Amino acid sequence: MTTGSAAQSGSRSWLLAVGLFAIAAIAVPLLNLGLAEDSPLHLPDYLVLLLGKFACYAIVALAVGLIWGYAGVLSLGHGVFFALGGYAIGMYLMRSIGTEGVYKSELPDFMVFLDWKELPWYWYGFQHFGFALFMALAVPGLVAFVFGFLAFRSRIRGVYFAIITQAMTYAAMLMFFRNNTGFGGNNGLTDFKRLLGFTLRDPETRIGLYLASVTALLGCFLLCRYVVGSRLGRVLRAVRDAESRVMFSGYDVRSYKLFAWTLSAVLCGLAGALYVPQVGIINPSEMQPANSIEMAIWVAVGGRGTLAGPIVGALIVNGAKSWFTVALPDAWLYVLGLLFIGVTLFLPRGIMGSLLSKHEGTRT
Amino acid sequence: MKGAGGVSRWVFSACMAVLVCGAAAAVRGADAELETLGVKSRKQLIRAVVAAGHRDDPAALPVLEALRERRLRVDETGRLYAIPPEGGAALSLTRGAGEPAGERSLRKPRLNNLVRRSLQPVIALLELHSDDREVRYAAAQQLGKYPREDLLEPIGRAQQRETDPATREALDLILAQLQLKSDDASVRLAAVERIADSGDLSLQPLLEELVALGDDGSFAEPDARVRSAAKAALGSFALEQWLVDAAKHLFYGLSLGSVLLLAALGLAITFGLMGVINMAHGEMLMLGAYATYSVQLLFQSYAPESLDYYLVAAVPLAFGVTALVGMLLERSVIRFLYGRPLETLLATWGISLILIQTVRLSFGAQNVTVANPTWLSGGFEILDGVVFPTSRIVIIFFAAAVVAFVWLIIQRTRLGLEVRAVTQNRSMAASLGISTDRVDTLTFGLGSGIAGLGGVALSQLGNVGPELGQAYIVDSFMVVVLGGVGKLAGTIVGALGLGVVNKFLEPVSGAVLGKIGVLVFLILFIQRRPEGIFAQRGRAAEQNGQS
Repeated sequence: MTTGSAAQSGSRSWLLAVGLFAIAAIAVPLLNLGLAEDSPLHLPDYLVLLLGKFACYAIVALAVGLIWGYAGVLSLGHGVFFALGGYAIGMYLMRSIGTEGVYKSELPDFMVFLDWKELPWYWYGFQHFGFALFMALAVPGLVAFVFGFLAFRSRIRGVYFAIITQAMTYAAMLMFFRNNTGFGGNNGLTDFKRLLGFTLRDPETRIGLYLASVTALLGCFLLCRYVVGSRLGRVLRAVRDAESRVMFSGYDVRSYKLFAWTLSAVLCGLAGALYVPQVGIINPSEMQPANSIEMAIWVAVGGRGTLAGPIVGALIVNGAKSWFTVALPDAWLYVLGLLFIGVTLFLPRGIMGSLLSKHEGTRT
Repeated sequence: MKGAGGVSRWVFSACMAVLVCGAAAAVRGADAELETLGVKSRKQLIRAVVAAGHRDDPAALPVLEALRERRLRVDETGRLYAIPPEGGAALSLTRGAGEPAGERSLRKPRLNNLVRRSLQPVIALLELHSDDREVRYAAAQQLGKYPREDLLEPIGRAQQRETDPATREALDLILAQLQLKSDDASVRLAAVERIADSGDLSLQPLLEELVALGDDGSFAEPDARVRSAAKAALGSFALEQWLVDAAKHLFYGLSLGSVLLLAALGLAITFGLMGVINMAHGEMLMLGAYATYSVQLLFQSYAPESLDYYLVAAVPLAFGVTALVGMLLERSVIRFLYGRPLETLLATWGISLILIQTVRLSFGAQNVTVANPTWLSGGFEILDGVVFPTSRIVIIFFAAAVVAFVWLIIQRTRLGLEVRAVTQNRSMAASLGISTDRVDTLTFGLGSGIAGLGGVALSQLGNVGPELGQAYIVDSFMVVVLGGVGKLAGTIVGALGLGVVNKFLEPVSGAVLGKIGVLVFLILFIQRRPEGIFAQRGRAAEQNGQS
């Protein structure tokens, strides 16, 4: 397995990343806000929203890629962390609606509908943006830490780990579907009005959220790059390739895996927190097992064991999804299904992995 | 019967006499009583209905029934007419019965729920005069649902003259219920004892009222003897209730367990024996259910007379179709991924998406209806009010038969021998001349075919839609993992255990929380005993979860 080091071989890769970020961060606002609506180069609002969503998906892919590509742990439950981050911000957005809801109550509409008189204790504090953002990172991190602690302690790995993460997301979905859980049940949280005083519908707010997402993506990429390049990253790769040998060499494998796993969940929570204000809704269907499996295919398409790969994979798969679900809606599931089969059969190292190995081949 | 209670009838009808003109006095009296049922005011109508109950005169029955079924008509003189149930002109119910209404303008009495509520018990009471034992029994049951205190006397008379023991007992119980309100403590005590003897759980709330404390801190029931009798009765009721509930939960748990078993058994073969993580396993269930649906359609168009037996044809067909699909998948995709479980997981997920979409495009995204054949509908009443549906009972036996079938194949056939050989030592089996490729394909086909059989069972229990299988995939994996990978007996114990635990948890915590509880328990259980649960044998041990 040399792909991991290959990603680091280009010591200038961070320059490339920053360059791409600069283009994305400057061009999109310029084309959207700077040009007149009728200009042929004008970037419509829905595309800004789409690109913002893609940036969030890319962070998720990066998080899944970190734990799967570098630590060899396949998670089929990252949708939970994404949704938890989203719910935390969603709770802030619900509180910030104030009395402008349908029922003109201080309580969120769904609570009035359920005839609740008081805010449940776990909704306290979410009127503060800072607290909500902290919880968006802390709750997924904590859930992942506890879950990972138990699982890695029992040395559950491989497919068994994948299956119990899937059971976890399934259980969480059932939990959040209940009205009594206190997160809006089936409908989830929606009808948001404003974030930090900015109206969510405004194009400027959209651009702001887009910029935040892209910046977060760059930050996550650089962070992962740092982690992967550190000594810790090398141990993780060793765990991936020969867990028992690393353990017998005296490393505490569990802690290394647990760190990467928790970090991955926190990044996912961040992505969810950025995602929800843009799409304007969060509901339990985000926790469907299918969503989490789709996250894994982004990474598989882009290439495991690289950091750029998951980002590329997320963009390609979601780009294709956006196009197909509009142009050929019936064909999309076939494309996705064939992607799953084709990538595993013919492109086990993904797009980036294949490109890099070709590159290496010509160089040596 | 008409002659009975003549004096009181005369007194009563005297008030109504102004409404009546002509005809003989005796007839007029009886008619006048009936014609009180033609009053406009709903309050008076209710009073008239109750009065008819007190008179306990079966002659009022046709009027009351017509009133209930909105067939009653009243002319301006207050005479009553009824449109016959089969329709046609309104016929007179009084004086010269059967005479058509003619050109008279008829009024239709207006009903509301209050009137209807007062009608039901009175009609039931009058039906107790019927010559038909069945009608009387049904009437007694009806009367027991909302017993009315003001009917105590006529019910008592009906109980005295009743000849059918079952009806007599039912009426006696109604009397006991009413006598709980009696002023005489000894009557109440006897009533409590009769209710206790009946063991009728639906009467429990009445006893609870007796022992309850009122708002002022005093007991609702002043007499201590009655209270202690009620308490004792409640104790025996609680035990009986517990037994009934336990039987119910056990049955529904076994039923759920057998469904889980059918869903997981195929997985126990493909995952347990071959180590293949088949995420498309749920879709094999779905294909089996759709195969059943297709057979039903074929029978509907070509052999409607033997439609009842379509299931018999569906069983082998569903097995064949899904086994074929499974073998095709093994040949084309899965065999390239042996030893790479994570990749197998993703690829088979892709397969499941394609299968779902294909079914959705060919059968439509909506659920299709698979009807129970007549011999599967209905149920057996095991205890009072506890009905076990036939379909669920049959499916429990079906699951047992499928287990026996799998056991026979694995333990008693050449193929089973080869499967076990390849599972235990692949290369040794190969060097002894077993075509491991062929065995792989057939094993996978068998596992998929079993899932198809599970699909036949599922089609009889619930909706059949393209996403049918998705609901079972997590559960099936849990069953296999809980029971121990590669152990058939473990799968059986795991499935039935999960089913029963789930059903016993449900009433305590609600269906969703129960399910979550079971999942959390499983996750923790796996953490506690990973080695014992994942008893790694055969090829699963070689791969050891690494990708």
